[in-house]
This record gives sequence, C-alpha cells and structure tokens, in this order.
Amino acid sequence: MPDSRDLHDPRDAHALEASPYAVDRRRFVGYVLAGATLVAAADLVLADAPPAGAAVPTLPQPAELYDLNDMLTDAARPTANLITVTIDEDGTASFELPRAEVGQGITTSTAMLVAEELDLPVERVRVTLAPARPELLFNQLTGGSNTTISTYTPIRVAAAVARAALLDAAAIVLGDTVAGLVAKGGVITARDGSSVTYGELAVRAAGGAGGRAVEVELKSEAEFTVIGTPTNRVDALAAVTGQKDYTTDLAVPGALPTMVCRAPTLNGTPVAVRNQAQVEAMPGVTHVAQVSTGVAVRAATFGQCIDAVRALDVVWKDGPVAGESDATILRKVRAAQLPMPALPDTPLAQTVSGDFTFWFRSNSPMDTNSAIADVRPDGATIWAGLKSPIVAQQRIAERLGMSQDRVTVNVVTAGGSFGRRLFFDGALEAAEVSQAMGVPVKLMWHRADDARVGRTHPLGTCRVQATVSGSNVLAFNQSLTCVETDFRHGLGEIITAAAADLPAGVGNLGFAETIFALTQEVPYDFGAVTQTLVETDDRFNTGSMRNIYSPDVRVASELVVDKLAAKMKMDPYQFRRRFQRNERLLKVLDTVAQAGEWGRSMPAGTAQGIAIHKEYKGVSACLVEIDTRPATTGRQVRDAVTGPRVTRVTFAIDAGLVINPRGLEAQMQGGINDGIALALTSSLHLRDGHFLEASWDNYFYTRQWNTPPDVRVIVVPSEEKVPGGAGEAGVAATFAAVACAYARATGTMPTEFPINHRTLSFEPKSFVPPIPQSPVNGLELTS
Amino acid sequence: MPEQTFIVNGERVTVDVEDDVRLLWVLRDLLGITGPKYGCGINVCKACTSHINGKAFNPCAVPVGELADDDEVTTIEGLPGEVAEQQRGAHGLHPMQEAWLERDVVQCGYCQPGQIMAAVALVNRVKAEGRQVTGADLDTIRNICRCGTYTRIREAITDGASRM
Repeated sequence: MPDSRDLHDPRDAHALEASPYAVDRRRFVGYVLAGATLVAAADLVLADAPPAGAAVPTLPQPAELYDLNDMLTDAARPTANLITVTIDEDGTASFELPRAEVGQGITTSTAMLVAEELDLPVERVRVTLAPARPELLFNQLTGGSNTTISTYTPIRVAAAVARAALLDAAAIVLGDTVAGLVAKGGVITARDGSSVTYGELAVRAAGGAGGRAVEVELKSEAEFTVIGTPTNRVDALAAVTGQKDYTTDLAVPGALPTMVCRAPTLNGTPVAVRNQAQVEAMPGVTHVAQVSTGVAVRAATFGQCIDAVRALDVVWKDGPVAGESDATILRKVRAAQLPMPALPDTPLAQTVSGDFTFWFRSNSPMDTNSAIADVRPDGATIWAGLKSPIVAQQRIAERLGMSQDRVTVNVVTAGGSFGRRLFFDGALEAAEVSQAMGVPVKLMWHRADDARVGRTHPLGTCRVQATVSGSNVLAFNQSLTCVETDFRHGLGEIITAAAADLPAGVGNLGFAETIFALTQEVPYDFGAVTQTLVETDDRFNTGSMRNIYSPDVRVASELVVDKLAAKMKMDPYQFRRRFQRNERLLKVLDTVAQAGEWGRSMPAGTAQGIAIHKEYKGVSACLVEIDTRPATTGRQVRDAVTGPRVTRVTFAIDAGLVINPRGLEAQMQGGINDGIALALTSSLHLRDGHFLEASWDNYFYTRQWNTPPDVRVIVVPSEEKVPGGAGEAGVAATFAAVACAYARATGTMPTEFPINHRTLSFEPKSFVPPIPQSPVNGLELTS
Repeated sequence: MPEQTFIVNGERVTVDVEDDVRLLWVLRDLLGITGPKYGCGINVCKACTSHINGKAFNPCAVPVGELADDDEVTTIEGLPGEVAEQQRGAHGLHPMQEAWLERDVVQCGYCQPGQIMAAVALVNRVKAEGRQVTGADLDTIRNICRCGTYTRIREAITDGASRM
C-alpha cells in the first residue's frame, strides 16, 4: 500500500487549521474509503465559492441550520455524508449523483466533471442517480438551477482523489515516481513506456481495511480539456432508441397499472363508492380501493384502469375552492395587495406605473406524476422521479406509519420537471394505494389529472411605480401579490419542510419571502428600489415553476422600463444601456442588439422587443421579433392557438464558467419556448372550483406552429471562475422581451398574461367521469 | 379471452386481451415495448407515435382488435429496420435517429421517440410528393415537447431528410 500524502505540510498548516476541507482555491482534502475496489470520496459541502443566494436560501430560523450542522458533525458515521467516485475493474468510473436528472443535462455535465479530473473519456463515466440519502440533509434537493453551482467542486475533488490513488498505485506497479507518470484516457504510462490501465489498478488502489485522507490539487482552468467543450448528452442514445427508462417503463414484479378517480372539484375527497363490486368485476381489474385523494383502481393495463375510473360511481365531498373561479381569486389577491406609496406627479417629478395580472399556469411535464410503490407490512420501496427524495421518504414513512429506515426511495430519471418534481404527490399517493391494496402498484396520473390537480404557478398581480425627474429615475417600487407558492418541500428534508409547514402559513411565508428576496432584483440604476412580496390563499396545489417569481417580476419591470424610455424619448435599447450598472449585463445586451440587428426597419404590425435578466450567478439578454399581422394571427390550426408569432430570437447569456456549452444552449432554447408560452398562449382557467384544462390541446404550451423559425443562442465568454445556473435562466428575459415586442407591434401594452387568457380556446372535457376515454379512430388518421 | 395477432418490429405476436384495449397498452403493459410513451391517451400529444404499414399513427387511439394479422406495427425500437442496413448510420440506426444524435436534440427525452417516428413519416410523405421539407411542413407537426426542443427538432429533421 503506498503511503498517503503528508497532510501536515507546513505550507498548509494554517489553512488546514482554518478549514478541514479547503486548503486553497484548488487544493482540497478528500478520502480513499475502505473497500475492495477504489472508492474516492469528497464532502458534498465542499465549495470554493459562497453558496448561491438564488438557490440555497437562508433558513427562516438560522438556529435550526446550526443545530443541523451540529447533528451532522455528531453523526455516528463521519463519512456518511460523502459522495463517492468508484473505479471499477472494467476501467470505468461510477458516480451516484444525489440530484434528479429531469432533462436539464446534469448527468452529462457531471460525467464531464469526473472525466476531467480523472483523465478518462466521458463515455467511460457512468453517472446514476442516488436513492434518498437522509444523511445528506440539505444536499439532495434539485432546484434553483443549483446542481452545478453546488456540486462543481466536490465532484471534482472526489475524482481527483481517485486519480491520485490510481497514480500512487501505478507508481508501485510501474516502478516509477508519481511525477514521472502520465494519465490519459484511463491509462497510466511511465517514463519507460510501460503502462497500466485504471481497471487493472482498481483493486490495488483500494483503501483496504482502513481508508485514508488524501490532499489533492484540482486542475486549473488552463488545463481543462473536457470542461467547456461542447458535449452531447450521455443519455441521448438510450433516448432516441426508446431504451431510456422512466418510472412507468420499469418492470417491478407485481406492480400492475394503477390510476385514481378524482373528485369533480379541486382537492375534493371521496365519501363512498356506490358500485365497487361492479367495477371490480370489469375486465382486467384486480383491485378498487378508496384512498385519501380519490378511488384507486389497479388492472392488467392502463386502458382497463381508464375504463374502470370512468365507470366508478363515487360520492364526493367538495374541495376547498368549490365555486371559485379566476375572477373570484383575482379579487381576493387584489384585496390582499399592499398600498403602494404615494408618489409625486408634478412637472418636476412624474410617476410612471404599470399594473399586471398573471393567471394560473401549469408546470406539468410530459411524463405525468407517476410512481411505483411496493408496500409490505415490514417496509416499502418506492420508485419515482424526485427532486426532494429525502423529505419524500420521510413523508411517505409518516403516511405509512413506518420508521424512515423502512422506506427505500429510488430516484428515477424523469421526463421533465419544470418545478413539478420538487413535490412527490405521485409517490405519496402510490404508497398509500399500495398499502391499501396490499399489492405493488405502478401509479400513473392521467394527463387530465396532471393538468387539473397537479401543481400550478400561482395567479398573481405585479404593480410597478417609478418616479421620473428629467432624464433620471429616482425611485422604482415593485409589489408582487399572489396566491401562495408552496415551498413545503423545504430544503429537501423534513426538518426544514416542517418549518415551512408551520400553522397559518407563517413558515411557508418565511420561505417564500426568503426566496423572493434572494432571487429578485431590479438590474438598473433606478435610485431607491423596493420590491415586496405578499402571498395569500393557500388552498391551491402550487409550487415553484421554472424560474419561480422572476418571469412575472421581470415582465412587469421591463414593460415599465419601455414606458420610462418612451417618456424620456429614448430608444429602449439605449435606455437599458444608459441605466445599466453591471458590465456583464452590458455585454450581453450589446451582444443581442448587434447580433439581432436591433432597430432594423420592420413592417407595421411587427416589432422587436429587448429585455435583460440577472439571476443564478449569470446574466442574460433577449431580443425578439414578433409578427402580429392578421395573416399570422389568423392562421387556422385544428384545436390550437395560433395568434402572434415570435419569428426570431437572439439570446445571449453569460452563465459564468460553462461546463457544457451545448447543454447550456439547449436549456436556453427550451427556456425561450417557455417564455413565449407564458407571454402568449399558456394558462389554466379556474371555473366553478376546478381547472378546466385536461389535454395538451387545452393547455397551450408552445407548439411547432408557435415556435420561432429563427433562434440564435450566444454563450458569451465569461470572466467568472465559477459556474452559474442554467436550467431556468432562459425564461425571464424571453418572456419580458416578447411582452415588450408585442406592446410595440400593437401599440398597446398588455396588462394580462398570457395575452389570450380571456378567450377560452377549447371545449372543456367532463369532470364526471374525470378523465376522457381514448379514441378508437386512430387507423383513420394515419399519415 | 380473445387472441390478438399482428406484427410488431418484424415479429408476429399473439396476445390474449380484450379487443377494445388500445394498442398502446398492449405494447407497453403486456408486451413490454416501452419506446412509445403515454402523454395523454387521446391522440393529442403524439408521444406514442409509431408506424403502421409505414405510416405514422397513434396506438393510444387504436383498439387492438382492429389490427389484422399481417398489419406491421413499428415502434422506435424497430425503426432502424425500416431502412436497408447500408442506409444506417454510425450507431447502426435509422438516418433520422443519427441526425437526432448528432444535433443533440434530446433533453428529458420522453417525447423524442414519438418525435422521431413523426419526423420519419413526414419526410417520407414529403419525398413521395417529390419535394423538400419546408418550414410550413415543420409547422404542421403536432408532437408536443415540454422541454421546448423544437429548434433542434427542426434542424434535425432537415438534416435527417437529407440523409434519407
């Protein structure tokens, strides 16, 4: 066994004393763990940058955080909170990522980090998703575009420790010194040309019975060959061949298709089933069980579940918003608004204001809330796409009346999230159903359920007042008032989740205020700036939706910025330049103005709009062109909303240090389509206590006939040394730019979003039965 | 229980199931062919798009009893088999799948099997009309992608068409 490196190098004595982990920006201590093959580890809380305000909110009660850290320190197994890179005997590296891959590309970027420090090709790094690991506490929450920000250093440290251990072992095998060795492509070569592979060294480099601490130096940016190189997704081949498995694709023995029949009003509850025996006798049906959220059916196929759900005759108790509609909820939100300060309106100081309404929107992904649950008397196993698996495990254990260690929660790659999978509604329901039926279940929410009962981005209003004097903005006040955003997933484990769940919404409000305060800013020199949040009404199923508060806040801001520019008779782009105080923002703004040909001559009814945004340690700017001419808005597409079309988008982002530019570009392209949907087409309609939408032809997310034919994303080279967030960064600036362009093209500033909300563009499907039957005419519609 | 016989990905299969069960569930729940995804069950989202006798269709809207013994169903798993071996690309896949890989279209990937199957059928149809795929053709695609991968889908279809 080679000697471990001397940890008491006098050069580093002081730094070591100051921190057990970070020696300097690139030197860290990790561990080779005890074991039969090489397992290298690092502490997940390692970081060489302060935590991102946007993504790691300050707890409402800091003492709790302190106590939790104490708890962590006192934990019985001091290495339990480590993340590990394992070198396998086939020469590949494996890493279990304690985050959820939902399409944002973190398995790819994580494989790149491991590959970089290990000098191994990306395709020989296997990244899987870790099951719920309660010992990680806050460190298993996927949200706030925080994954890369928080894991960038620790993952590299673990990989670098593995590389160091491999080099130590190779030195002995090859009879050379570590300094004389070169590691490349998973092979270590000595000065005399002899070589040995990582696979051959995996056992020899292992920690054996003891394990040890190892100090490593991470690569400098100049040495990067993988980080920053455009790389295709590691799961693309599986996806395009149909081999990528999502929850409902998993074959868990005995877990038959299961669906739930739900109440005709939102969150209504079942009282009695009138025809249970009749439904139990239907073809394929094995079980019918009343649970807290509805009546569950289990059958040989999902088709037979649909038949059974539709046949159920259930007595329901109305849910908490029975009788309510968009209009009544908006009135309640308006009543909760704080008074805006009285601002002067004199020839010397004038007030420019805006008052905007944002309707409910759905964060439903393609892959509906689904989960497999196998609940036995002595324990339970769950499979689902989960971004907060620890609190899911805790809540499920609570629901089942089991201790937490009896519940295994496996995290499955999911078909999108957009905030939805911060919650675990499907997993909790599947566990309850499996327990009630006494058999394993594969629960899938029908699309209608996912749209109607799933979580929404809350309805809200955003008011802005700015005081202008001559060519200066003296004050800028912004006040967002909305239906409560549910943050009861806390920071991913039950202690903070319980803090968020304190009575009367007090706890959740603390979270909401914290997240609002830590994410929102007005990125201009506008004198005295205030931004406030008021939340009201906790009766809805809400949650974070991609970019949380920012899209609405930024739209309101940027529309008023355009009004301010008009007031000062300035060009919107030049106005944004003049009041800009951030060099990075100036650069992305200038980039889109130039690349997107700001100010070019355009026909009447078409226009450009420009907007900026700053969040996730990055900055972005978007320039769009929109066509609102009748020939475009009058396009006829069956069961669709056409309307104005965004024809061209130029988007620039400085996201700090970029791991995978190709993945970053993809995330921006997706965010652009989200921004367009929020501005023009997609909202939920509440009528008589239930959301009407039950189909993708009811909820009008951007489709091919809405998407811009010309999209250009520019990743601006950054001076920043640390990565920023990518997953949500494309939404806000695009939404705002589309709104500004629409206002300029039509000559009327829109005050409600999406702009088409007042027109119901579909025939609502039935609420009893709660889900539509599948058609039978598919063979007549081949193409 | 009635027996249902048809051909899927080149193999004749017989399944014991009621004839009104939609083909999507026969494929997914009984045959374990999970490439076609569920996204709505009402022929709207198009995530289950597959081919029947070479044309795009949605198995969520077809009772299995309507299939004849010699009807050929192709799912994403069998797509490479729709072209001759020499037409397949570096990964041994259909040219459209290869274009999809090269353009790194996929994000979450859930809708992508359906997107690819729809794209192949669209290109075949346009080629049969003796013309190139246009922006207007791309605008007719109804397959929804909630990740918003439309830009790369459009690029990949144009690229894939040139390889087909």
